[in-house]
Amino acid sequence: MCYKVLFMKETNPVRPGHPGGQQPEETLQDIRQMMERSSRFISLSGLSGIAAGAIALAGAWLAGRILDNYYGSYNSRGFFTGDDFGRLKIKLIGLAAAVFAAAFISSFYFTWRRARRQHVSLWGPVSKRLFWNMSVPLLAGAGFILAMLRYDDWGYVSSACLIFYGLALINASKYTLTDIRYLGYYEIILGLVNMFYTGYGLYFWAAGFGLLHIIYGVAMWNKYERKG
Amino acid sequence: MKNPITGLNKVFESRIRLGVMSILMVNEEISFNDLKQMLEVTDGNLATHLLSLEDNGYLKVKKGFIGRKTNTTYSVTKAGEKTFAEHIAALENMIKAVK
Repeated sequence: MCYKVLFMKETNPVRPGHPGGQQPEETLQDIRQMMERSSRFISLSGLSGIAAGAIALAGAWLAGRILDNYYGSYNSRGFFTGDDFGRLKIKLIGLAAAVFAAAFISSFYFTWRRARRQHVSLWGPVSKRLFWNMSVPLLAGAGFILAMLRYDDWGYVSSACLIFYGLALINASKYTLTDIRYLGYYEIILGLVNMFYTGYGLYFWAAGFGLLHIIYGVAMWNKYERKG
Repeated sequence: MKNPITGLNKVFESRIRLGVMSILMVNEEISFNDLKQMLEVTDGNLATHLLSLEDNGYLKVKKGFIGRKTNTTYSVTKAGEKTFAEHIAALENMIKAVK
């Protein structure tokens, strides 16, 4: 019954000349809207996805340059020093943190803008639930990756990022636009394929966090925001 | 033919009571403050409507504390669920009848 109301067409014809209050169509639409608004955070903006994707691509490009530099100096000297590797690690981790922060802030901004326009609170019960359900798989993933780094195992970092992020998205899809679930599936597939091509982590990472985000963002913007 | 209006319930005529029921149908349990925020109503107004829904036996009230602050949460009863479902069905029938 609830679902019937939830998936009713958005635009119901309004018949004039019905005295004494609301039309049944309007009432059903109100009910549908209340149900949706109270169970899902629907203000996620497609522009957030595009911004996060663009930043991820820029970050991947920078990381590629840093790595090129590193291997370049290896080829000219013929050996690694522990110092070099330590500096590389710090640079890459710093870059990763900066990319994450920039992507988070920019996607937050576009979603905040959309929420304000829809008069939806960005920190209401619904968004809190979304945030929590997204955080759990992400924190688990972060712990997993840090543990791998502790054993100097870099090969599967990008796979783990993609897989855990995909799981977080699928979990979050119950509390926001369901379309985000498909983005999650693709991230997981990409992460699993990446397990078999460990040397190309950066490319997989750029595809998953850059390209997929941009494609998803454009699709969502087209579907929900362009007309409004 | 059965009169399509039969299932309509007077209690759900108010927009706020309708909103409360809609929210409770898709949320297991929700606090007074969250309801207030979602429906954008004042404390007193919401409290009156909640009381009338409670008196009709459509919702369950659970009083608790977070620290020293009271935290009252609401959930829908079986009877409330059934009546609300009938109300929606009646609305749908009305639309069908007009078409």
